[in-house]
Amino acid sequence: MYNALGVSVQGGQATVETASQFQPFFPGLIILLPLIGFLINGALALRHAQASASAVRLGGELDLGDHLPPTHTLPSYVAPGVMLVAFLIASVNFARMFSVELHDPHVIEYWTWIATGAFTVKAAIQLDQLSILMTMIVTGVGFLIHVFSVGYMRDDAGYPRYFSYLNLFIFFMLVLVMGASYPLMFVGWEGVGLCSYLLIGFWFSDREKSDAGKKAFIVNRIGDFGFLIAMFLLFGMFGTLDFVPLFSQAANLEYGSGLVTAVTLFLFLGAAGKSAQIPLYVWLPDAMAGPTPVSALIHAATMVTAGVYLVVRSSVLYALSPIASATVAGVGVLTALFAATIALKQNDIKKVLAYSTVSQLGYMFVGVGVGAYATGIFHLMTHAFFKALLFLGAGAVIHSMHHSLHRTNNHQDPQDMRNMGGLRAFMPITWGTMWVATFAISGIWPFAGFFSKDEIIWQTAAFGGAAKAPYPMLYQVYWVIALVAAILTAFYMTRMMVMTFHGASRTGVEEVKHLHESPPVMWIPLIALAFFSVVAGWINVPEALRETFIGLGPLTSEWLHHWLEPITEQAHHIQELNLGEVAEQAPFGGGEVTWALVSTTLALVTVLASFQFLRRRNVKVAAEDTELSGFSKVLYNKWYVDEIYDRLIVQPLIKSSRFCWKVIDARVIDGVVNGVGWTARALGFVVSMFQTGTVNMYAFVLTIGALIILGVSVF
Amino acid sequence: MITEALVLSAMIFVLGTFGVLVRRNAIIMFLCIELQLNAVNLAFIAFSRLMGIDGQVFVFFVMTVAAAEAAVGLAIIISVFRHYKTVNVDNFKLLRW
Amino acid sequence: MIEVLFYVFAAVALGGALGVVWAKSPVGSLLFMVVTLGSLAGIFVLLEAHFLAAIQVIVYAGAIMVLFLFVIMLLNLGHDYQRDLKGGAFALLSFVIIGLMAGVLARQFSTDSIPELAVGGQAIDALLEQHGVVGAIAQPLYTTYVVPFEITGVLLLVAIVGALALAKKDGR
Repeated sequence: MYNALGVSVQGGQATVETASQFQPFFPGLIILLPLIGFLINGALALRHAQASASAVRLGGELDLGDHLPPTHTLPSYVAPGVMLVAFLIASVNFARMFSVELHDPHVIEYWTWIATGAFTVKAAIQLDQLSILMTMIVTGVGFLIHVFSVGYMRDDAGYPRYFSYLNLFIFFMLVLVMGASYPLMFVGWEGVGLCSYLLIGFWFSDREKSDAGKKAFIVNRIGDFGFLIAMFLLFGMFGTLDFVPLFSQAANLEYGSGLVTAVTLFLFLGAAGKSAQIPLYVWLPDAMAGPTPVSALIHAATMVTAGVYLVVRSSVLYALSPIASATVAGVGVLTALFAATIALKQNDIKKVLAYSTVSQLGYMFVGVGVGAYATGIFHLMTHAFFKALLFLGAGAVIHSMHHSLHRTNNHQDPQDMRNMGGLRAFMPITWGTMWVATFAISGIWPFAGFFSKDEIIWQTAAFGGAAKAPYPMLYQVYWVIALVAAILTAFYMTRMMVMTFHGASRTGVEEVKHLHESPPVMWIPLIALAFFSVVAGWINVPEALRETFIGLGPLTSEWLHHWLEPITEQAHHIQELNLGEVAEQAPFGGGEVTWALVSTTLALVTVLASFQFLRRRNVKVAAEDTELSGFSKVLYNKWYVDEIYDRLIVQPLIKSSRFCWKVIDARVIDGVVNGVGWTARALGFVVSMFQTGTVNMYAFVLTIGALIILGVSVF
Repeated sequence: MITEALVLSAMIFVLGTFGVLVRRNAIIMFLCIELQLNAVNLAFIAFSRLMGIDGQVFVFFVMTVAAAEAAVGLAIIISVFRHYKTVNVDNFKLLRW
Repeated sequence: MIEVLFYVFAAVALGGALGVVWAKSPVGSLLFMVVTLGSLAGIFVLLEAHFLAAIQVIVYAGAIMVLFLFVIMLLNLGHDYQRDLKGGAFALLSFVIIGLMAGVLARQFSTDSIPELAVGGQAIDALLEQHGVVGAIAQPLYTTYVVPFEITGVLLLVAIVGALALAKKDGR
């Protein structure tokens, strides 16, 4: 019934016979190759460990000069190599899927993982439109980031270890998106959490950085609890956790039932942990302690999107529960606004991007919360491109700043934007590509972000105002907040660009002499990502816009929507039944085209105005900067959320743990155990008094024994 | 007469036990054990009047074994005496706690 | 007549036993023991166990007690006449214990249901008639109990060797 390399089992409902059968092309290899990469790089890392251990202790840098040992050069080829091959295999599968017009998911089972009575889970992968799309994003963007890392991490002592962790991460991420059941997805879920911990705390000799890794893992754990509870409930409801049978049964459930709402809310708790939404977003800004390519890959393009993928995969369940959908959208939009406000006042370039990621993830959840699942995935895809680009660009900037500060023995923070300024002259390619990304993220036509973000905002109005929609007022509020957050996005991104690349140079005269553009291995991925940040939006332009010039005529199509239809059709069917016709007009009047023009104009105006305004501002160097006060201080300190968590949750936990340890464990439990030992010794001592050693005593006891036996036998 | 003989046997046995318990001289303790054996012999002989000749045959064996035991036991006491220079059992206290 | 004899012998035996336990000197104990053995031999005769009475006097009183005497003489124990009875609580407790024992045994032995001269006694009389005093013992000894007899012989051999080995002085 199943075999290792691709003989398959057709899964799902009664199939609509298509022109030809879908023949998967070594799909198992896609997942296997990164694992092999991990093993090879891991072996190299172990060999390298001796040499690098002393270097790590001294600060993590190796002065290798031009002569690199093989443990250093091999990972440069192995790691990006496996990624490229995996991407190509995924592309072949995609092409085959495309040509065959596959409708039902194609499940390939490899072996039985859990088989206990009623509960069976097989190690199986599911090839369908959504999973192959996610796979291509993961391997494609991952490949570019691997190439970038070859240049970025060149001087690091832990070079092979880094690549082994990256490959392991890709392996788990692929298990997550290609798994055919919730438990398998959970395996990948936990695995990427582990790799996130390993990579954030990569420079573990620094206490702060390893703490950041721990924080990420622990906060994620809280979300995982939600995921587990949801799985238990799902098993109770359906008796299986495999996607294909589960979702076919789910369509028959009652709309708005309590159980479905509970399941979806718990699943969202898990998604909130992994995708950094309120209240579990606190780990992501701290995660910037890791190397910048890690932030690009994990905290922009792939791991944090796992939550969105989860919701889209379970779209049937979310369509059945209006309460949960409204909650998802609400949390998403609040997070989008909240994070945007914090990003306004941050000085560390990576922190700005971190909060920007949290904010954009909020947008994705708004999309899937209102019922536009394909749009959420669309924004996921475009965001992967421009956010990875932004992070890699920031990485190039930091790389350059770090080198120049290192050369002049300056101990300032290379990531602080107050120490930058006027970098355009030194790093033109980085400057250009990052402006492309900035336009994309601000939602300016015709860059990618415009089409995806704008459509989310429009769908909020459309679904929220649908004929039989529940809570129409609520969705109007969401719509307004989403627009406000978009304006804030444009503003803080422009601020970041101006502080870094424009204006007078604040880096110091000596240091400036060492600033230069990064090597080709680092700017080629930037160019590639910039290209996609421009064109990626053109694959999903809705009909309404295509009728005008906005749709760019023959260059665009509504392709992504159609591609993901087999995944989302069940959910859409339920929505049609229960929500009725979607609205044609936004709350303040005006159709889709009108508001598209309005939002892009707003974004463009914000960018231009803030550019002019901010350029003239006098930014002080970090060392001379004054303390902030008032509302700015609150924003700079992230609304004091970490401090609130510490007071309310962390300290009481520590206190109760301490109590458990010192009182219950040390005194009570140890006391009981020691007491038993003490009692045994005391009893033994007392009984040993019988051994007097005198013969008469022994005879006495003997006589007593004889008397007892005599007595018993007589009476 | 058999009943009286048995009662006598019981009393001599008990006296022998008492002697084992209260005397400190090893040889005298051993002697009291012999007294116990004799009491038992008397009981056997008395019962053989009721049960048959087998009781008397057993007494024969008891006496033989008692002789062998006396020889070996006294030899042990002699070797012990060589080490401790006394046969007072209160001195043999190596197994004390 | 036999009754009177029996009670006399019994009294002497008890007195001797008391003397064994109570005597101060070891030799005194030993002599009291001989007295007890002698009166017990008398009681054996009254109970129609003639051969065993003779054996008792010859082997027990004659050989074994002499052996004890030799050992006492060897160890030079006859000189100090310190009382070596354990006193105090121990003696009291021992007294209680043996009193209990006496009670139990006496209770068992003095039930009225023991008939005089039952079947066993007649069988012994028949044997005595047939084979004589010695033959009465010899006949079952050499037929039914020949295996224990032979083993007892081996036992005696072992005892001799053991006693020799134990009592040897070191060096020789």
